Amino acid sequence: MTAVELAGVSVDLGGRPVLRDLDLAIAGGARLGLIGPNGSGKTTLLRAIAGLVPARGRIRVGDAPPGGLSRRELARRIALVPQSPAVPAGMTVADYVLLGRTPYISYLGTETRRDLAIVAQVLDHLDLAAFAARPLDSLSGGERQRAVLARALAQQAPVLLLDEPTTGLDVGHQQQVLELVDTLRQNLGLTVVSAMHDLTLAGQFADQLVLLDGGRVAAAGPPATVLTEAVIGRHYHASVRVLEDPGGGIVVVPVRPTLERQVTHEQPA
Amino acid sequence: MIVPAARLRAGPLLAGMAGLTGAALLAVLVGPVRLAPGAVLAELAGRLPWVHTRSGLSRQEAAILWELRLPRVVLGGLVGAMLAMAGAAYQGVFRNPLADPYLLGAAAGAGLGATLAIAYGPDTLLPVAAFAGAVTGVAAAYALGRSGGTRTATTLILSGVAVAAFLTAVQTYLQQRKAETLREVYGWILGRLTTAGWREVVLVVPYALVSTVAILLHRRLIDVLAVGDDEASSLGLRASQVRLVVVAAATLATAAAVAVSGLIGFVGIIVPHTVRLLAGTSYRRLLPLSLVGGAIFLILADLVARTVTAPAELPIGVVTAFFGAPFFALVLRTARRAP
Repeated sequence: MTAVELAGVSVDLGGRPVLRDLDLAIAGGARLGLIGPNGSGKTTLLRAIAGLVPARGRIRVGDAPPGGLSRRELARRIALVPQSPAVPAGMTVADYVLLGRTPYISYLGTETRRDLAIVAQVLDHLDLAAFAARPLDSLSGGERQRAVLARALAQQAPVLLLDEPTTGLDVGHQQQVLELVDTLRQNLGLTVVSAMHDLTLAGQFADQLVLLDGGRVAAAGPPATVLTEAVIGRHYHASVRVLEDPGGGIVVVPVRPTLERQVTHEQPA
Repeated sequence: MIVPAARLRAGPLLAGMAGLTGAALLAVLVGPVRLAPGAVLAELAGRLPWVHTRSGLSRQEAAILWELRLPRVVLGGLVGAMLAMAGAAYQGVFRNPLADPYLLGAAAGAGLGATLAIAYGPDTLLPVAAFAGAVTGVAAAYALGRSGGTRTATTLILSGVAVAAFLTAVQTYLQQRKAETLREVYGWILGRLTTAGWREVVLVVPYALVSTVAILLHRRLIDVLAVGDDEASSLGLRASQVRLVVVAAATLATAAAVAVSGLIGFVGIIVPHTVRLLAGTSYRRLLPLSLVGGAIFLILADLVARTVTAPAELPIGVVTAFFGAPFFALVLRTARRAP
């Protein structure tokens, strides 16, 4: 089943076209990686799917009626983890994760026991129970990213959108966060779409990659077909080596063109 | 089971109510004519249904209690509660710790309305003119505060700055043309409760009730706005809608307070921040506790204003700043939490 379907989607921001006539079908349970150079439209695409920017064309989420979904209904089906989430001063981790229940709590009402039980469950699931009463702004980068994920999970949405989920994390925490997302995807049957900068991680943690350039889909398919030196060179204007990891997967390494020449020069004839 | 830290607990609220009762009693007792605490309590209790007591207050003392002290204390409490609640609400929906109830042109609008009434109209028109001015100022800021088709917190604040500057310019011009009104206008701008009577209380109560109910009902949603409009939107909440309702309610509360007491400054900033430092940042606790805290603060400030230089009175705005600022600095230094 298709989790999200985009047909002829275009988005203009400040009079400038950011997405142009985009078609994309995201299968349920997929783990899709969105890659592309800065300004290629990755974030805007995620925001368009989440209904946060006005878009032309058709965006259909799951079995939503053709008339579209209300803001609340959309928030029950799509959870978005933004690239740099706001960190409200003084808010505890539990209260922050409880914000994820907003689409279920009646407008002027208050949380029910069920909402609190779901928050407790999510905190447990992400090993955050010990942090529940800590202020969010006292957490380290990795812990905070887990709390943001927890808030998204509390939305109980079948589709999880992640915008650069590893920004600002060291290599260990990058792996931990992505492994966590992958485990959650399997356990909860989520559809995960992540915009990613790191191409190696994108290749390892996505089954399908979509490369955006200039607001259009420039390449799409399994990582092995998208992550080639030619494709990356053309769209990122970067010199890279694409290596096969003996353990499986692809490694994309940037190389410095001048350095490369020097190395070649120094080699014995 | 998780218990949200944001929930209002009974302890702080009861402590606040006890403090409010104490402050109100003290303010009722102290004045040029000292009233005996026991007699005042008996007199007050005697007005309750099914209670029959004889207070022993003379006719004159009873009149001082019922017609002078009590309405002034009640009005001071109401005005303080409204300004503190409105200040906290503005800080929440604008995510701006420097926001106060006068942020969007309420003060400048009320100032212009009051100046018009003082210069050209009968005295009785002053509250209505100030109220109308405050509401008009905020409405103008709201109407103009659109940029690129959307109203963000920042465009609203900037539009409030523009509206306030314009209205203040008109007000200053009028004031200069009618120099004989200068003293009265200035006195009004500094704020006063000297004219307090039951009539003013009756004037404020309906607005206070409506805006308090509206704002308290939205207090959980103001917490959601803490993550910003965009994230609130992805959580299913229209931030602009919440902001409109809360700003409208806070404006009603501010306009009603300003109409009867002039521009009492500082309450809307200092009280919510003090509560924040003592009881946490969640608006679910902050708003109810600010209501109580604002009432206590202004009742005590008014007590100081009318006793320190008796029989003359200090403008209450001077007192709120003179005592409020050092107190606030003290709380800021001793609190563990950052605001």
